[in-house]
Amino acid sequence: MGLEHKLGDLGIVTTTLEQAVNWGRTRSMWPALFGLACCAIEMMAAQASHYDMSRFGMELMRASPRQSDLMIVAGRVSRKMAPVVRRLYDQMPEPKWVIAMGDCASCGGVFNNYAILQGVDEIIPVDVYVSGCPPRPEALIHGVLTLYEKVRGEKLTDWAMAEEETA
Amino acid sequence: MLEPIEVSAEELQHLVSDRALKGETVLLNMGPQHPSTHGVLRLLVELDGEIVVNVVPDIGFLHTGVEKNMEAKRYWQAEVMTDRLDYLNPVGNNLAYCLAVEALTGLEVPPRAQAIRVILAELQRISSHLVWLGTHLLDLGASSLFLYTFREREYILDIFEMVSGARMMTTYIRPGGLWRDVPEGFTEAVLNFVRMFPRRLKQYEALVTKNPIYKDRTRQIGVLSKEDAMRWGVTGPMLRASGVAYDTRKARPYCGYDRYDFDIPVEETGDVYARYLVRVEEMRQSLRIIAQAVDNLPSGPVRSDDRRYMPPAREEIGRNMEALIRHFKFWTEGFAPPKGSAYAAVESPRGTLAAFIESDGTPRPYRVHMRTPSFANLQALPVMAKGALIADLVAIVGSVDIVLGDVDR
Amino acid sequence: MSEERIQQMAAALAERVGGEVSRDNNQTVVRVARERIVEAATILRDAFGFQVAEDVTAVDYWQRREPRFDVVYHFFSYEHSDAITLRVAVDDGETMPSITGVFPGANWYERELFDMFGIPCGGHPDLRRIIMPYDWEGHPLRKDYPLGYEEPQFTFNFDEIQARKVQGKR
Repeated sequence: MGLEHKLGDLGIVTTTLEQAVNWGRTRSMWPALFGLACCAIEMMAAQASHYDMSRFGMELMRASPRQSDLMIVAGRVSRKMAPVVRRLYDQMPEPKWVIAMGDCASCGGVFNNYAILQGVDEIIPVDVYVSGCPPRPEALIHGVLTLYEKVRGEKLTDWAMAEEETA
Repeated sequence: MLEPIEVSAEELQHLVSDRALKGETVLLNMGPQHPSTHGVLRLLVELDGEIVVNVVPDIGFLHTGVEKNMEAKRYWQAEVMTDRLDYLNPVGNNLAYCLAVEALTGLEVPPRAQAIRVILAELQRISSHLVWLGTHLLDLGASSLFLYTFREREYILDIFEMVSGARMMTTYIRPGGLWRDVPEGFTEAVLNFVRMFPRRLKQYEALVTKNPIYKDRTRQIGVLSKEDAMRWGVTGPMLRASGVAYDTRKARPYCGYDRYDFDIPVEETGDVYARYLVRVEEMRQSLRIIAQAVDNLPSGPVRSDDRRYMPPAREEIGRNMEALIRHFKFWTEGFAPPKGSAYAAVESPRGTLAAFIESDGTPRPYRVHMRTPSFANLQALPVMAKGALIADLVAIVGSVDIVLGDVDR
Repeated sequence: MSEERIQQMAAALAERVGGEVSRDNNQTVVRVARERIVEAATILRDAFGFQVAEDVTAVDYWQRREPRFDVVYHFFSYEHSDAITLRVAVDDGETMPSITGVFPGANWYERELFDMFGIPCGGHPDLRRIIMPYDWEGHPLRKDYPLGYEEPQFTFNFDEIQARKVQGKR
């Protein structure tokens, strides 16, 4: 029944489950609509018409962390904001990834002081760091594609183990 | 890991009405992560059904410690921090800071640098208003304009990139002038934009100004009376939308703004719609200023040659040993303005932005304070939002055009 | 914004509240006693037409001067484009009278004074921390408060700083 019936023999493609799952995860990764500071404007520019991130299946920014699987920490994280960022991260369902966008989120940037977290990796695990102050939209897109490469190489067993650890 | 904060109910009960304590009204937490708060603003909203009884803004989620950090840096280094305060208006922040440093040191800015400052500041104003227009409409559910405004914004950012190498954080304006002269092709790029933009602006207006949905959602919403606007220290397009024809560029001219011919758009109604009209008209006036400035762009140096506060010119360093030594000393030790304080105000896209710098005669500023417009504008939010519907709160917050980096510093 | 006019007003104000007029670069400064700031603000508003307290901030002269702080007020009048600066010396632990009754716009600025400098404003309707978290200790903009510098992560101290960070699950 279905398409094969009409068209005849289409052949068989074999792949591993892991590859199929990872392929699926990279094709529609939904970032959380979550901007903090300057980098959020460049993140918006990356979403808008000139750079158009929807070419990579990322046009859907979800305002709710419960519907998203990628957190782009766009901007400096203050000590007052840190618990909020951590809570948002905890609310995201597995599997989830984090991009630290910009110097402030990666290492504190020019703000080495009492108010700013010296890198968001002090509170949440980061997969990809994007440099720049703020990074150009191209740099963000490159960061996202780098993350895709990482995701394509992931093992399903690792996720299962991580879930057991947290459970 | 996180200890709960102990705050007794008595400490905070003056924030809500008596009815909330009896359970007649609902307290709703909006933010700090909310798509329509334009960053990390938290609002404690007290609701009676759908009607907003009171709004208590909670700010500080983007507090960056800029003022404290600037005290630890030299005057030249500290300027880098100002870019990142109001990240939609880095040029204007640089300008306010540089004007204050120039007032402290008595540096004279050459006319060519003045004109280029004006061009860049006005381009920045347009780009900031474009971001505002796109996101404000996005909040109200009209997503197409966002794509248009960001397309035009790219032209402006390309000009910034051309002159300074960075799209947003330019640090191009420096105390005593500019970093260096604009490259070839700058005037053509600006003129191209000036020719192209009015047509695009008309397209936006065709989409928005007479749009019945937009009008319904914004007229008579978030009304701020003239008296309230003045009392609460509101400035910028919000103040002008409430009927006060005040513009820092006219009232306290800087960078030779008194030589340009432009109008101050004023509306009387003080609602969200009036703020939209004022901002769109401001973009048009900015274009006028840019066109005049480009037409009469003087030639000559772009940096002061005051040897006490300026590094030696690049060509001099290769030929002159003293210049090289001075260059080295300048960038390692910095310069020390005389004791005293200065206060310089500019018109940012959001209102009066002022820098207050106190010098103690050392190469590091003793105290820097930035008077940021969004901080004062946000104060008036409860005044505007009381009695509105919860759905209109989004339009009102959007119309304030807050930038949280500007509020929290 | 005539310079003469502002000088006259400053002199008149100084005479009425017992202040002292000076010129500081581009500002006309009137130094006023702490107890008389509300009176001075009222005179500025009612007699000279100042409509807004544009900016309220402070400067900390820790170990340099007694009393320790200078609270700096910038007033502005839209009508005449006049700007005037008031400075009030306050010592640590002293209460600054609130001018919110005269200029409501000073509300958040005074909260900021309390938050960042620890200068309480007496008679303020809602004196809470505004920028720092509620449980924050200290007042960051005081000179005796450290900047809170953290070491950048280089090769030689990589492991030490890495140990403080959240380790990735993968």
